[in-house]
Amino acid sequence: MDTLLVILVDGIVYSSWLFLVAAGLTLVYGVMKILNMAHGSMYAIGAYSAASFVGWYFSADYVPWASYFFFIGCALAGGVIAGLLVERGVLRLMYGSDEVVMILVTYGVLLILEDVTKLIWGVDAYFAYQPYGLLGRTKVMGITFANYDLYLIGVSVTVGALMWYGLNRTRNGKMLRAVIHDREISMAMGINVTRTFIITFVLGSALGALAGGLTAPALSVVPGIGIEIIILAFAVVVIGGLGSVEGAAVGAILVGISRAIAVHTFPEIELFVIYGVMALVLSVRPRGLFVTATARKI
Amino acid sequence: MVKSNSFGRRVQFLAIFFSFVFLAVGSGPNSAQAADDSKFTVGVVTFLSGGAAGPFGVPSKNAADLVIETLNEGKMPAPYDSKGIAGMTIEAEVVDEAGGGTKQVGEYRNLVQRKNVDAVIGYISSGDCLAIAPVAEEMQALTIFFDCGTPRIFEENSYKYVFRTGLTATIDSVAAARYILDQKPDLKTVAGINQNYAWGHDSWNDFEASIKVLKPDVEVVTEQFPKIYAGQYGAEISALMLKDPEVIHSSFWGGDMEGLVLQGSARGLFEGRTGILTTGETAMFRLASEMPEGTVLGARGPFGVYAPSNDLNDWLRTEYTKRYDTPPTYPAYKMTQAILGLKSAVEKAAKGKEGKPSTEEIIAAFENLEFEAPSGTVRMSLGKGHQAIQEMVYGQFTNEGGKPGVKNVKRYPAECVNPPDGITSVEWIQKGLKQTECK
Repeated sequence: MDTLLVILVDGIVYSSWLFLVAAGLTLVYGVMKILNMAHGSMYAIGAYSAASFVGWYFSADYVPWASYFFFIGCALAGGVIAGLLVERGVLRLMYGSDEVVMILVTYGVLLILEDVTKLIWGVDAYFAYQPYGLLGRTKVMGITFANYDLYLIGVSVTVGALMWYGLNRTRNGKMLRAVIHDREISMAMGINVTRTFIITFVLGSALGALAGGLTAPALSVVPGIGIEIIILAFAVVVIGGLGSVEGAAVGAILVGISRAIAVHTFPEIELFVIYGVMALVLSVRPRGLFVTATARKI
Repeated sequence: MVKSNSFGRRVQFLAIFFSFVFLAVGSGPNSAQAADDSKFTVGVVTFLSGGAAGPFGVPSKNAADLVIETLNEGKMPAPYDSKGIAGMTIEAEVVDEAGGGTKQVGEYRNLVQRKNVDAVIGYISSGDCLAIAPVAEEMQALTIFFDCGTPRIFEENSYKYVFRTGLTATIDSVAAARYILDQKPDLKTVAGINQNYAWGHDSWNDFEASIKVLKPDVEVVTEQFPKIYAGQYGAEISALMLKDPEVIHSSFWGGDMEGLVLQGSARGLFEGRTGILTTGETAMFRLASEMPEGTVLGARGPFGVYAPSNDLNDWLRTEYTKRYDTPPTYPAYKMTQAILGLKSAVEKAAKGKEGKPSTEEIIAAFENLEFEAPSGTVRMSLGKGHQAIQEMVYGQFTNEGGKPGVKNVKRYPAECVNPPDGITSVEWIQKGLKQTECK
């Protein structure tokens, strides 16, 4: 029973992190039909921005608690700026291209941004560990958890709820869903699709950077962290169904819980489990769990 | 008239074309080799990008820059106080090791055939070493591996052109097992968390086998193998805490090791349990405030904080710290060791002769060589004189007084942690670590 509860907590903590990483990716695909490989770079930029700020902030001996607002703000700012530059500088020139071409374009952007992060931050590791330990610990069935990780569950649920509310209960969200459903009709109805695209891509990038920023305190921020994460995020959104926020949430929970079970019971299959779950879901529902059948346009 | 102009242009074009061809051929390997006996060109291959760049690649590249510059100025302490290598100025061609074995084979061929280097020093990844060794043999190019750890290089093959001045990974695990049993003779339970690829599995298998040989009643309570660069180890840490071993072994390196330290410390993983980090020395200064007191740290040899007191070590520590504002970690020591080994071999080969010694002469001098390094005396004793052995050292991290250091340091003689020549590491461990001197 103790082990089961610990598996559940581990699974939910990991799922919440996965959802934060995958949320922006699925949003951008849902609205723009772009499988944004550069999402990993946004994660890295968020992590580096936060780590740089934390390093400076704590060396300056300011009030520790205030650091949370600022380093999260720094990560978001990094994501917004990078997202805006990528959308205005590259993607807008490629709209209308085939989805496969867009994957290649964003992959190119990922590689470029990898080098840009190296130019800005170098190859040495950055640390931002102070906020991680500041929140203390909690014991669950005799096992100690970092409160920072437990609070991330709350952040993840909040982000998911805001995304759901924004898409389903606001005027702008309805306009966004109209664009998702039919871009041409939306334009004909007077929706500014270009503006919608800019906002969506910047929001998606900011979410990626937020995930990176929030993860930075538990990590050594090193080159390549963005590339590692994109494969995992891709698995999560594919399980849930590309473009579905609810799907990303369920995909994250499925992967997180399955992985935690594997780590505690059969650690040697931990890596296989993530992609095993993906293969199993796709064999039953090839377009993912939450993608409904759509009428073919003639 | 028109025809004549056209013909003239063709002649002009052909003349220019052949001039370029002539120049290109003329500046090729053979002419350069014949032309310049005043330079000794070394290809330096190390990670300049990717996850291994920060902890390993950059310190080794920094050390290469510092050592080559100082040797060229003739300002190294004795016995390396002569200028360059055998009077020749050392020139370095630096290459990024990132990209995997296939890319590295291409880069290696480029270094040997186009850049016409006299020797190649490099390779941190064991996969890269395994890919490069047969190519070096095929191209008959002198190659020195400075860091990669797999014992398979010389245990499964016999190479003439390949040397390794760094130590094998076997000694990390064997010495770790000996050290932890010396510290905890009543040890009952151990667990492992290692990366899910060859390095992690080999390290754990060697450690587990050594522990079982030295104290058969020790129980392994869990073995965790997360993916390399996974970053998040929450579930693994919980699993380790649930099984509650006395000792946790990890050969994690770089960002993965640092992530494990950060997350493990925040959750109290190392409270009441002793961690053994076989590459932990690279993080002891950067993460001094987060590294748990008493953690057993390895430096993959007598490097870094474990280097003995001598003039070469004093020089390296002082000059490296002065230039790069951080003390040299073990990759810096290992790169320095490779360059000094090469200098010793070339100078031995060049003694009493004129001009640059041939590759064959350098190889003859390098085999079974003994040379001095900041880490002490290095003996090329294994692999028919191509593989270095040295003592192995472990100690426990301490941050008493806010000054990171090591305590309870124990040194194991080379013969105590290395198999005798001709026996593979696995066989040696399985047969009970016999034929060793551990006095």
